[in-house]
Formats: sequence, C-alpha cells, structure tokens
Amino acid sequence: MKYVDEFRDRQLAEGLAKAIRHEANTRRSYNVMEFCGGHTHAIFRYGVQDLMPKNVSYVHGPGCPVCVLPIGRIDHALELSEQHGVTLCSYGDMLRVPASKRRSLLKAKADGADIRMVYSIDDALKIARQNPSREVVFFAIGFETTTPPTAVAIRKAQAEGLKNFSVFCNHVLTPAALKAILGNAEESGSVSIDAFLGPSHVSSVIGSKPYEYFADKYKRPVVIAGFEPLDVMQATLMAIRQLNEGRHVVENQYVRVVTRDGNVKAQTLVAEVLELRSSFEWRGLGEVPSSALRIREAYADFDAEKRFGVTTKPSRDAKSCECPSILRGEKKPTDCKLFGTVCTPDNPIGSCMVSSEGACAAYWTYGRFRQPSSPLEAA
Amino acid sequence: MTVIEARFAKADACLGGAVEMIHGSGGRATAELVRNLFHRHLGNAFLAQGNDQAAFDIGAGRLVMTTDAHVIAPLFFPGGDIGSLAVHGTINDVAMAGARPLYLSAAFVLEEGFPLADLDRIVASMARASREAGVPVVTGDTKVVEKGKGDGVFITTTGIGLVPEGVHISGDRACPGDAILVSGTLGDHGIAVLSKRENLSFETEIVSDSAALHGLVADMVAAVPTIHCLRDPTRGGLGSTLNEIAQQSRVGMRLAESAIPFKPDVVAACELLGLDPLYIANEGKLTAICEKGDAGRLLAAMRAHPLGRDAAIIGEVVADVHAFVQMQTRFGGNRMVDWLLGDPLPRIC
Repeated sequence: MKYVDEFRDRQLAEGLAKAIRHEANTRRSYNVMEFCGGHTHAIFRYGVQDLMPKNVSYVHGPGCPVCVLPIGRIDHALELSEQHGVTLCSYGDMLRVPASKRRSLLKAKADGADIRMVYSIDDALKIARQNPSREVVFFAIGFETTTPPTAVAIRKAQAEGLKNFSVFCNHVLTPAALKAILGNAEESGSVSIDAFLGPSHVSSVIGSKPYEYFADKYKRPVVIAGFEPLDVMQATLMAIRQLNEGRHVVENQYVRVVTRDGNVKAQTLVAEVLELRSSFEWRGLGEVPSSALRIREAYADFDAEKRFGVTTKPSRDAKSCECPSILRGEKKPTDCKLFGTVCTPDNPIGSCMVSSEGACAAYWTYGRFRQPSSPLEAA
Repeated sequence: MTVIEARFAKADACLGGAVEMIHGSGGRATAELVRNLFHRHLGNAFLAQGNDQAAFDIGAGRLVMTTDAHVIAPLFFPGGDIGSLAVHGTINDVAMAGARPLYLSAAFVLEEGFPLADLDRIVASMARASREAGVPVVTGDTKVVEKGKGDGVFITTTGIGLVPEGVHISGDRACPGDAILVSGTLGDHGIAVLSKRENLSFETEIVSDSAALHGLVADMVAAVPTIHCLRDPTRGGLGSTLNEIAQQSRVGMRLAESAIPFKPDVVAACELLGLDPLYIANEGKLTAICEKGDAGRLLAAMRAHPLGRDAAIIGEVVADVHAFVQMQTRFGGNRMVDWLLGDPLPRIC
C-alpha cells in the first residue's frame, strides 16, 4: 500500500538495525521510553525489539489514553448511563475497562444501559440529532490528538442549537505527563530512562516546542517519532547518537507531519472551547497539576459533568495490579503477579491489559513465551 | 387454486406488506407464506411433498452433518446477503470434512414488521445460491417473533454430506513439518460488511467473497486425498482458525507474513480502522494443512480452480507444547498471532 509500505520496508529496517548495532556503545545500556501506545504497538507488532542489540531496550510509557484514565472516571461514566439514563457514546476500547466492583460499560450495556460504540465524536452528534428525545453524552478521552475534534463538535452542537448533546470531558495533556514521569524518576531514582521517543500525532497538534523545556531541564534527549516501525527505529538511532555525543535536545524524526509550532488553528479552536483543569488524577501518576482540560463556562451547556452533576467518589485500583508502576516505566508487564494468570485480555484486571495500545496487552498479544527466532523455510 | 387461495396468493405476492404475527401462527397465513414465498423460490420435489420432513436415500459411506445459525447486520452487503450466506456457510462446513454436500434444511426466525419484499429478496438469493451449488433445501421451518425481539431475520441452516472413501480430514491431524495453505485473499467478507455498517460506512470496491467451496474441495481431495486439515476461516479470521487447529492438534505454527495474500483495499481499510486483517472474517476462503511433500500438488490443484486462483503456501506446522501460532513479520521481526480477543467489532456473520 502506497505511503505505508515504504515505512515498513525490511531492507531499510536491516540497514537501520546495522547502524544501531554499530553505533550503540557496548559498554553502556540505552533505555529508551516510547511515550505512546502507538509506538508500543508498532514495536511489538513488527518485532522491532528483535532487531535491536541487547543493550538497547524500550521502556513503555503512559501514552495510552484508555490506560491512564483512573477508575473513578469510568465510575462517573457508568453513573451517567445507569443513574441518569443517558445514551452514552464511547470508543470501543473504553467499554471493557473494569471500573470499581468489577463493573464495566460492557456489563452495564448487557444490563440494559444504552451504551453505543462509536468511531468518532461525529457519530455521537449524529445519534443526538437522530434521537432528540434522548440525552446523548460522548465519553471524550485522549491526548491532544483527539481534543480538536471534541472542540469542533461542541462548537457544532452550539451552532445547531442541539439541546440533547453533551461531552464527558477527560482530555489529558502530554507535557504534564512527561514532567510527572521525569519528576518521579528524579525523586525516587527508581527508573532509569535515558531518552524519550516523543509522541507523533500529539506533536502534530502541539508541535515540538513544548518538549524543549524538559529536554533542557531533565537533560534527556527527546526525539519525536512517527508510529511506523521504521520511524521508531530511526528515532531510536537519533536518540542513541545524542546520548553518545552527550547532547540532550528535542529532535524531530517525524518531519513529514510535525513542525515546531504545531497546528496553530487546532490549538486556537481547543483554547476557545476548553481550558486547563487545576489538577487531574491519572492512573499510575496520581494527581498531576495542570494536566487535563475541561469545558469552558461559555459552553457549559455541553458539559455532561455540569449538566448531570455526577457525584461518584473515585475508588482505588485493584490490589497487586502493577498498572501504575508499568505506566511510570518502573516495571515491565511480566513483573506483575497478575500478568497472564488472572489478568488476560479476556479478563482484564488493569487498564494496561484492556487497550490494544496498553503495554500488558501488547506483551500478551504479541510477545509472550517468545522462542528464539529461526529462519522460516521458503514459504 | 381456489378463489380465496388466489386472493391470499395475490396479497402475499405483491410483497408490499410486512411479516405479521399471524404468519407464524401455524394457520393458513403460515401455509400461504411457505407456499407463495419459500416454495416459489426454493421449490423442489422434496418440498413439493409438503411434509414436515424430507425422506431420501443416501449412498454408503461416512455421513457428515453440520448446523449454522446466521445473524448478520446489515442483512444485505456488497457481494451477498444473509440468504446466500446461510447456504454458503453451511455447505462450506460440510465441505471442510472433505465431504460432498447433499441436502440442506433452513429454519427462519422472522421479526414482526419485517418487509416481505426483503424476505423475498433473501429467499430468492438463497435459492440461487442453492441452485448454483447443486445442493437443494429439502425441509424447513418458519417462526415469527414480536417486533423488537429479533433483528429482521435469523436463518439457521443444517447440511449433510458424504465423505469419499479414504478421506480423513480433521482439525486434530496437523503434524510438525506439514505445510499451511490458504485459498486466496483474506478479510474481504468482513471488510465488505463493515463498509456498510450504519455507523461506519466508507467507500470501498471490496465485495464479500461469500461462495460455496465444495467444488474447490473436491478438486483438492482428488489431487491430495491425504489432506490433514481443512477449515474455513469465518468469524475470528485466519488468526483464530489457525489457533483452533494448533490447539486441537497440539502443535505450533510459523507463518510468513509476506506470503499471506491480502487485497490492498482490505489492508488499507484495516489500517484506517485499526484492525488486523488476520482477524477479519471470510466466507469463501479455506485454509488447508497437508504433508510438505504434497503441498506443491495441492497448491497447483487449488490455483487451477476459480475459487483458489490466489492460493498460497503461508507457513509450516512446528512442534510446540504451547500450541502457539507465530509469524515472521514482513519487517523481519517475529510476533505471536493470538486468538481474536474479545469482540472489538459489532457482529459481522
């Protein structure tokens, strides 16, 4: 397929792998945190780790919107659909995430709640238009990539005078998460992350500029990387070079999409409709100041939290689930006692096992019990 | 036909109406629906007898029997509909034992209010599929459920067939060293159906591959009577089907991603939707496992048949106590090909 196959070319991959083997200093290790679930997915789906030398390893970051949403917010969504009787529109991944008391949106749906799986907020708008007698709520999650469509939908709803549509806003911000991870790492010394592969789609919106502060303050290279396997490998090579040369700046591997300033039009739209929350709870990171967005007062009619006054109290994660440490990059999925025993994608305990972008799900789906690779006979 | 009968016949034949509860009452309206709609399309000597069962002679040999409930949304999709699907799906399940399908039965659950014109289209399509396959529907049943208690129409078909002497095809017969083949491009059906989903419509030229595979299977069995396993990768796609066989046979599998045939449109749609084409449903494809030494002959027989033109050898069976299916990626790395997990998509077959 044009414009896709080029980024999955085996010969180029072999060339990059050779360069990495050549340039990686065997006397040290390189722990590279890939921020996004999209990167994690590419690494596993294409077997990128197989192509790396032993001293280059990936630490999986928190960039999976489903994974970082705390249980309390899912309880809120359940409350909206069950107690307020709304039509709740959600992305498919969200449906299976366990909330407190082993409830989930999927279970609520089976019990009769009106929960619809949609592929975009536009579908939710459509459902609201077609069902004027129903209160339709969109369960908005995601980093800066999904934020502009939410802003556009709210503006559309206002322009159309749509009275039965609102958004349960859970949008979170990447730079705040990076800062929290680096801050934790500095404090506890529990994790050694040498460099970051920065978000690709998020950066197409916010640009590469917001990372400059972190690269400088925490002295870690940040290389913004696309989601294709060759992107990940090239960005890894760029990070290794920076580390070898003792540099720590923001570099942009994903130049075909990302600029330093990002998509200013989208940023303006978002700023018009949404504003910073003073603090927001993240799974794995706890309360992080200025790390999420809420709907501005001017658009309060479309804010499901205000419209329905959700009251559920946040609750704690399942005991012995290591999702929080995994999201901080301190542990690998296989370090968790629940991984593959009680917690599998069929019966997920933690959020990292639910989303296909979660580190645990990727480990389980693509990587478990891997045997040494042997060449296939001509097939 | 009496005057009254003719009036009923006319009323139903105009097909302007909808299914009503009375059509399932077992009374005259049921009889009229059966005669004027089902028999009109599916008619054959067995149905014409008007009995509640069909009686027939069969030759000597091993008999296979299978049943399949068909529920699909939307009912009509590019390349087929629930009617043709109900015929092809069951014929294929019979054929995957290496058998020659003989007869089908069909049971319809209709929802009150379902347009008779749509039912007519579905039954006509079923009849066409059955005629083309040479496998008649010889007995059937119809029930009607109240509005809101069904989804338009559900069709359950049962099929029987005869296995030729010396053919022993079963999912537990894969052995280390065997070759794994597929009959053509994968994922066409699932993507064709998805493209017409209400909340997900997108433009694509892809049509369902829905087809009866017994002709292809007959040619394959003639070329290599010792085929070990045959299965049609329907729901769950090739990934799940190979995991089933690996479990049944207690073996592992190693696939080469670059050898697996996909249509570029299917790959593009999967990219867009975040799906893995290995888990997308097929309705006119099969996967076969045979001894390595027979693989070339089997591949040639498959490619010589119109439904196997794009057949390919995609991997090999290996010894593995974990019964894992693994794949060398096009990129040069390795990955697991696990069972389809959960059901990320609304139902598609």
